[in-house]
Amino acid sequence: MIDRVKENIGLYILVLPALLYVILFDYMPLYGVLIAFENFKPIKGIWGSDWIGLYHFERFMHLDIFWVLIKNTLSLSVYSLLAGFPIPIILALALNSVRSERFKKVVQTVTYAPHFISTVILVGMLNVFLSPRLGVVSQLLNSAGMMNGPLMILTNPDAFSHLYVWSGIWQGVGWGSIIYLAALSGVDPSLHEAAKVDGANKFHLAWHVDLPSIRPTIVTLLILSCGGILGIGFEKAFLMQNSLNLSASEVISTYVYKSGLLQSQYSFSAAVGLFNSAINLTLLLTVNKLAKKFGQSGIF
Amino acid sequence: MNAEVRRSRADVVYDTVNVAFLALLLIIVLYPLYFVVIASFSDPSAVGTGKVILFPKGFNFNGYDLIFKYDQLWVGYRNTVIYTIGGTALSVSLTLMTAYAFSRKDMAGRGFIVTLFIIPMFIHGGLIPTYLLVREMHMIDNPLIVMILGCVSMWNIIITRTFFQTTIPQELFEAAKIDGCGNIGYFTKVVLPLSKAIIAVLVVFSAVGQWNSFFNALIYLNDRNLIPLQLVLREILTSQTQMMQQLELGIGDQDMAEKTFLAESVKYGIIIVSSLPVLCIYPFAQKYFVKGVMIGSLKG
Repeated sequence: MIDRVKENIGLYILVLPALLYVILFDYMPLYGVLIAFENFKPIKGIWGSDWIGLYHFERFMHLDIFWVLIKNTLSLSVYSLLAGFPIPIILALALNSVRSERFKKVVQTVTYAPHFISTVILVGMLNVFLSPRLGVVSQLLNSAGMMNGPLMILTNPDAFSHLYVWSGIWQGVGWGSIIYLAALSGVDPSLHEAAKVDGANKFHLAWHVDLPSIRPTIVTLLILSCGGILGIGFEKAFLMQNSLNLSASEVISTYVYKSGLLQSQYSFSAAVGLFNSAINLTLLLTVNKLAKKFGQSGIF
Repeated sequence: MNAEVRRSRADVVYDTVNVAFLALLLIIVLYPLYFVVIASFSDPSAVGTGKVILFPKGFNFNGYDLIFKYDQLWVGYRNTVIYTIGGTALSVSLTLMTAYAFSRKDMAGRGFIVTLFIIPMFIHGGLIPTYLLVREMHMIDNPLIVMILGCVSMWNIIITRTFFQTTIPQELFEAAKIDGCGNIGYFTKVVLPLSKAIIAVLVVFSAVGQWNSFFNALIYLNDRNLIPLQLVLREILTSQTQMMQQLELGIGDQDMAEKTFLAESVKYGIIIVSSLPVLCIYPFAQKYFVKGVMIGSLKG
């Protein structure tokens, strides 16, 4: 073993910097998560602070906001998944059967573009378009006589999830289709020829040949998205929050940020974060197992 | 063409619906982007009263004049350029080095080290333990932290390793070894020159990610001279009054309504100015992005 390491010592030198990073910034925080089980005081350190077991977890689950957070986080991700998952597949199937290469290129170039806009800009665009008085949407609705007065959509808790999900679809639909297009390019052309001989039209080809051929890709991506179902990202929800829509926009990650960093309840928010990632991991493993049970390959 | 002749009526219907669907999608994705551009060059009061719909009205650069006088934006711009260059250089070199080592089947203990890197993809300590660690290291308000955090991505390493495994034959190393070439010499003199395609993919991915990121800066940088562009944008685009104060619009002879229009329409220009670098590289970089997703979709 030692001889074999010596022989390729250069390879270990190449890995070393990244390994140090992983140990420092991935494994140290994993060790640091122990503070979730104690009454952590920064001066006393992790081993000096008092252990209090599951106290913070229990406290979190008995807070009024617990169910609000679960409901908001779950509904945003389930809504994103239900609305956002099929659309890139439809786009890929549509692009795949377009006859004009040039039109296909144009659609691809344009729909991929929003992926590269930062979340800050995306939310900024929502804010200027939907601004109560001066936004273009408000202006148009008023001049068309469909509305009278300011547009209050940005501060309306009921509108939050729709804005969140559909702006996400606007940004991600093109990008999400790339992977399916790649899978579709691997479909054997002789399958199409055979189906055509049997009298299939283009709709039949897309539905009975193309879609089943990319099923493994679809299942893999579905598993991955289900695993992140409680993992609503911090950035967009945080940026879209305002004091009036909090009842719908406060999610677990923004709550961890506020209670932890703004109010310095380190142990408590570490516990909330740990609770969140434990559920995510469980979901990922469960869905993966289910997929295997139904004869799909799974990701592990 | 033979296929043209044989298009059945069902196919014609399919093609028509398909093209109509894609055209609609194209407009939905393109119009908001187009609107930002024309609004940024238009007379602010025309934008503010909903007169700008399809073409710019009262073409002018007043908004842009104000933007160039807004110092904090340019401080942010400078910082982001530095963070993007530094962060990209660091991330791309670590990724290449690690991925190369992981591509070598004769590296003893490879499986164990790879597993060490894979585990954090699924479980991580979360925000609070990471924050406490960074604070312990006295890295708060140290600009290095936003370049270091996230510089090792196992996802990128897997893509790059797949590239090495599929494009660089292992026999090449055997040959170089006979010529007295060590692992590191082989990596820098033989592997890297053959890997321009994957290096381009990594640079583009990482640079756009850095340019658009704001989370780490929000958490770890408080000093106003260090904050990146996206944090400045967040202040401008998500608050209503900030802009007018920052631009000292309170003084002058314009009336209040016009000032409000101006403050609002400057935001369009700011969106353009801050997305410009990404928009400029996008047409050239698009194929690299797509290539990255394609390589990533092959199971490595």
